[in-house]
Amino acid sequence: MSLKPLDVHFKVHLDLKKIELYEMGWNLKDGLRECLVAAAPYGGPISLLKGHNRRSPSARPQLEIYSSSGLPLASFPWKSGVVKQLGWTVSDDLLCVQEDGTVLVYDLLGGFKRHFSMGNEVSQSQVLETKIFHSPYGTGVAILTGALRFTLATNIDDIKLRRLPEVPGLQGAPSCWAVLTQDRQSKVLLANGSHLFILDNTACTPVTPPGLSPQASSIVHMCDSFSYKYLALLTDSGHVWMGTSNLKEKLSEVDTKIKTPPKQMAWCRRPKSQQPSAVVMWDGLLIVVGECKETIQYHLDDDSILVPELDGVRIISGTHHELLQEVPGACEEIFKIASMAPGALLLEAHKEYEKESQKADEYLREIKEQSLLSEAVRQCVEAAGHEHEPETQKTLLRAASFGKCFLSNFPPEQFVSMCRDLRVLNAVRDYTVGIPLTHTQFKQMTVQVLIDRLVYRKLYPLAIEICRYLKTPEYQGVSRVLKHWACYKVQQKEESDEVIAKAVSVKLADAAGISYSEIATKAYESGRTELAIKLLEFEPRSGEQVPLLLKIKKSPLALSKAIESGDTDLVYTVVMYLKNELNRGDFFMMLRNQPVALSLYKQFCKHQEQDTLKDLFNQDDDHEELGNLYVKASYKEQRLEARIALLQSAVDEYYKAKNEFSAKTTEDEMRLLRFQRELEEKKGELLVGFSLHDTMTTLLSVGLHKQAEQLYKDFRVPDKRFWWLKLKSLAEKEDWEELEKFGKSKKSPIGYLPFVEVCIKHHNKYEAKKYVSKVTPEQKVKAHLAVGDMEGAAEAAIERRNESEISTVLSRCSATTDHLLMERLNRAKATAVKK
Amino acid sequence: MAHTERRDAPGLPDFSLLKRLARDQLIFLLEQLPGKKDLFIDADLMSPLDRIANVTILKQHEVDKLYKVELKPIVSSSDQLCFLIRPRIQTVKWISDLVNSDKVAGRFRRYKIIFTPQKFYACETVLEEQGVYGDVTTDEWNFYILPLDDDILSLELPEFFRDNFLEGDQRWVTTAGSALHLLQSVYGSFSKVYGIGRCAKMVYESWRELMEEGEQRTRQPEFAKVFLIDRDVDFVTPLCSQVVYEGLVDDIFRIKCGSVEFGPDVTSSDKSIKVMLNSQDKVFDEIRNEHFSNVFGFLSQKAKNLQTAYDKRRGMDIQQMKAFVADELKGLKQEHRLLSLHIGASESMMKKKTKQDFQELLKTEHSLLEGFEIRECITHIEEHINRQVSMIDSLRLLCLLSITENGLLSKDYKSLKAQYLQSYGIEHLLTFANLRQLGLLEEQQAGETLTVMESKVGKLVTDKTVGKLTDAFSSLAKKSNFRALSKRLALVPKSGEEYDLRVPRDMAYVFSGAYIPLSCKLIEQVMERDGWTGLEEVARMLNGQEFAVTARNKTDAQRIVLVMFLGGCTYSEISALQFLGKERGCRFIVVTTAITNSARLLEIRAARNVAAIDK
Repeated sequence: MSLKPLDVHFKVHLDLKKIELYEMGWNLKDGLRECLVAAAPYGGPISLLKGHNRRSPSARPQLEIYSSSGLPLASFPWKSGVVKQLGWTVSDDLLCVQEDGTVLVYDLLGGFKRHFSMGNEVSQSQVLETKIFHSPYGTGVAILTGALRFTLATNIDDIKLRRLPEVPGLQGAPSCWAVLTQDRQSKVLLANGSHLFILDNTACTPVTPPGLSPQASSIVHMCDSFSYKYLALLTDSGHVWMGTSNLKEKLSEVDTKIKTPPKQMAWCRRPKSQQPSAVVMWDGLLIVVGECKETIQYHLDDDSILVPELDGVRIISGTHHELLQEVPGACEEIFKIASMAPGALLLEAHKEYEKESQKADEYLREIKEQSLLSEAVRQCVEAAGHEHEPETQKTLLRAASFGKCFLSNFPPEQFVSMCRDLRVLNAVRDYTVGIPLTHTQFKQMTVQVLIDRLVYRKLYPLAIEICRYLKTPEYQGVSRVLKHWACYKVQQKEESDEVIAKAVSVKLADAAGISYSEIATKAYESGRTELAIKLLEFEPRSGEQVPLLLKIKKSPLALSKAIESGDTDLVYTVVMYLKNELNRGDFFMMLRNQPVALSLYKQFCKHQEQDTLKDLFNQDDDHEELGNLYVKASYKEQRLEARIALLQSAVDEYYKAKNEFSAKTTEDEMRLLRFQRELEEKKGELLVGFSLHDTMTTLLSVGLHKQAEQLYKDFRVPDKRFWWLKLKSLAEKEDWEELEKFGKSKKSPIGYLPFVEVCIKHHNKYEAKKYVSKVTPEQKVKAHLAVGDMEGAAEAAIERRNESEISTVLSRCSATTDHLLMERLNRAKATAVKK
Repeated sequence: MAHTERRDAPGLPDFSLLKRLARDQLIFLLEQLPGKKDLFIDADLMSPLDRIANVTILKQHEVDKLYKVELKPIVSSSDQLCFLIRPRIQTVKWISDLVNSDKVAGRFRRYKIIFTPQKFYACETVLEEQGVYGDVTTDEWNFYILPLDDDILSLELPEFFRDNFLEGDQRWVTTAGSALHLLQSVYGSFSKVYGIGRCAKMVYESWRELMEEGEQRTRQPEFAKVFLIDRDVDFVTPLCSQVVYEGLVDDIFRIKCGSVEFGPDVTSSDKSIKVMLNSQDKVFDEIRNEHFSNVFGFLSQKAKNLQTAYDKRRGMDIQQMKAFVADELKGLKQEHRLLSLHIGASESMMKKKTKQDFQELLKTEHSLLEGFEIRECITHIEEHINRQVSMIDSLRLLCLLSITENGLLSKDYKSLKAQYLQSYGIEHLLTFANLRQLGLLEEQQAGETLTVMESKVGKLVTDKTVGKLTDAFSSLAKKSNFRALSKRLALVPKSGEEYDLRVPRDMAYVFSGAYIPLSCKLIEQVMERDGWTGLEEVARMLNGQEFAVTARNKTDAQRIVLVMFLGGCTYSEISALQFLGKERGCRFIVVTTAITNSARLLEIRAARNVAAIDK
């Protein structure tokens, strides 16, 4: 085999490999000595605080942030208080815990984000020790105060401080402690000499790890695993106890034979691995302990720190950055010397094939005979994922691809996605980017988060390339990155509004699902109102523009935008906002210029605030509407006096509006109402509220003719109406005598045909006939027909020589009885037509 | 049906899908409030709801009792109250009061408001102002469209007209846009959109925005074109008396949500019967679009046929009889029942419509449409008002007069208005104010402003030009140009020619051959020209705002045209469009905010109930 695995150590139970990730790009004079160092998991950034212990104000310590490959990201002098601890959050924010319990949060480019305090008690008694820990609920901070009490915040994004109970018998600082996550709770495990206690919200419980060797008089170090499941304890006798973190089960115990306290200890195991293994570091020495008694030792040339990861431990020194991890199963199978695993054979087969040797066939045959070819391909693909060297990845993938040719129906997804993932991983592992992710970590963290991290480091082009390459849906991918880019862009103070707005619009032009309002909000927050307004112009959805416009106090613009959108809800939003924001006068003035908003607000007022409506009309001097409003109010009013009063107000308004007609009519109505009431009181007839017409009808029907006449005169009722009224009511009462008198009183303004018809309607042919002769010649035929006098009708029609009238009569004749008449009519019709 | 359908007429899409979607969503919403609950329903939602989910379905989803929203205190023992309402401020206020009174009484209940078709910010503001925002949960039931029939879709929003055209409240614009969006997402996109009117334009904009936001689905489209039209483009048509069967039934008996209640005078029993009027009713389907004068003849023919079918059973042997009873009898019985109902209805209508009054009414209407003997018409209207014949009809004639004559002369306006108020009470001052706002009933302002202008200009130019200017000014002042439109579009056929209503020549048959509905004529013209070219003058006279948009995805034109009436449409218009479709071999699907007619158009702006005076 020409391929040699890097540093594979063959031990009885434990196979580890150490991979060199980077040669550090930084140039540190003293290495990591006398530095506070913190490195973020998942190949995150590294922060250094040099000389933090120097208290002289003249020499300010320098805070530096580097990428995993040691390229500087930020550097600035530390101006705040004494820092006790540095740490990174899960979202790559730097936490600096100060002596007084204040925690300062910076982004990875050194920008200050915010700060928070760990409470009064901490600031009074000062921080003794602190630990920054991760749990499924986010990043937390635990503090041991000078008063030997613990204060804990489980999630710094949602701070709820918890002060843990006192530990009985604790005289000085505990020999060591750690934060465990158990039963969905963060607890503190601490060792006071050989005694172990678990501190939770309510109690302090002494615990004993099963099978801890009795020689130990004190526990000097402890650490939990990346998955929170396991715990390792180191005793002063040099024994490492490994077990589950609930302290119920012991996995193994190994004697390191070193009795000095270590610098750091960390778990080094990959998910689902059966072998527990922990790494303990002393000055210049690294020991890996596992299940068996043997240990593996490495020498360290330089001061180093351990960074526990999901599937291994990174070791960062002043010059190098290495990854120590258990050899993955697939790699071991393939690269083990003289391995006969299918993957190994396939790799060999491919190698022979490249050499154009027939041995390739032999190897292949061997795999195929055991029908393990698909297994072989899978092994190669998986192993490729775990390799860091692109050449090795390629060789393995080529072998897999070669093997695939001899398989039908082998699903290609695994191979394809592995190729893609590796391409992305190789890109971000690049020295200039410096995110040394393993494939396992990448899968755990997901593409979205990786994109976020790249965006966070302002590596926009790379992020976009990756989105495009992985065909991430635009909305989650490219557009999101562009949005972040734009948000960053608008904060660049040195460029002019026009330039930025243009740049943003050009870049974002055809990206789907971009929210310009978010970008504008960012611009506004960084104090560039004009730019925000410019950017909002690009926002196609008015719904998104309006809230920000309101926020930046551009309410007239917001209002007109809302109206433009045609979305009344939006208009209402603005109107309601303005109503509370402006004084009444300004508010009305603004509405006045926007009729749509005004009519909407009027609608609202109609139901909610009648008085406001009045004010609105008043302001506009819209007396006509005010009048209408009063009239409307009047007929909702049940008391007569109140109704009249309202009508009077209406009259006043109508006069102001120069609407004489309405004013007069309303005055008439008031007069009518008074008249009605008077009569009602006198005669006991229900009248109030009736229309003039109805009042007269009622009066006539009960025989109050005099009063009816009075109304007729007072209200200038047209003659026609009065005649109709009287005619109808008399006929209704079948007062034929009175009717006849009325008919003769003067010439009827409505003619006499209505008399005929009304009589007929009340089945009085006799009376009807009386009026037939009085009807005008044009209506004669109709009148005769109405009373059923066919002869008369025929007579009249013939006399008038009117063809259509003759036809009408004809159509009413029945063939049997009016035979003669029909003949006459037909003849007359003939002559009429001739004429 | 009298006219045979062209054989290549396209089939209709299946609109029952819309009902199913609405039902599923409603059930989902009801399930959000688990356990027994009382349901309060807005009165005007009851009929539409019944078409979507009947009481049995509601009961299956733990609705205990059903109440109508009456804006009065309630009697309910349930601990969970669910309100299914239109987003109206008044109703929401009532609910808030209810919640507050429960609070005072120390009663704990759970409240849920389901707004349909959507909730408005104003409603939430009311909840907030009344301090109950946290006590109720709100939801939206996106029930935009109710299919009334195979080709009639309704938004069931009668208030659309009032809110949009009278109050200037455009809140329903987005609703109409969403309805179109829904149709598009279910039945595919359109190739061409035409429209006229301000509201139509806004609806189109809101719809376009929705289209851009949502993902484009490539589905075989079922419609080719859409035509959006505002009701205020054509007020004349809905103001005319309807004489097509379905329209008449609506005018007289009031069709509510596709069903009608025939009273005892129709059913010739002492009960009222509720009948669904749609294409499922075979008898009705054949006469709905017929001119009323043909209906009787048709029905009697039908009766004879039925008799023959019944008579078949004479001389049958036992086997044949068995088959007859099994297969045909039920159908015949059903047909018999429907036939007798429609005959009853026709009789009752005949009684009302052959009366002198109605004939004269029609005559006046026709004269007004033709612009003929206007003085006599005014006299007739006056008499109509004086005799208190009918509040609505008088108003209708007044409006018709105003629109066809470009407003009433000031003298006539004042005298007619005064008489109307004398007849029906002063509260109609508001009615007149509203009608003026809408442009339905106006006083001619030959007036002041223009004369001032004229005199100013007059000083500068010669007399001849002044005359021309006067013309120009007066044409500017005129809002409705019915007379000119009528001439240009040939809406009123030449008088004197016989019009055989049995064999309709054109769409004018829906008004006894006297008038082609303006709205339908406009649609016909635009479809024919595939746009507004050549109609610029017409559009200008209709106050412009016309548009035609070609969508990106050109499809093979299915000949189905969707016509959306914003503010309601009448059955006569639907009949006219069906007729047009048959002539042209295409199908028209009508989407309307509500079915309307003259009475509905005028009622909603007539003053609301007057309180009785306390003594």
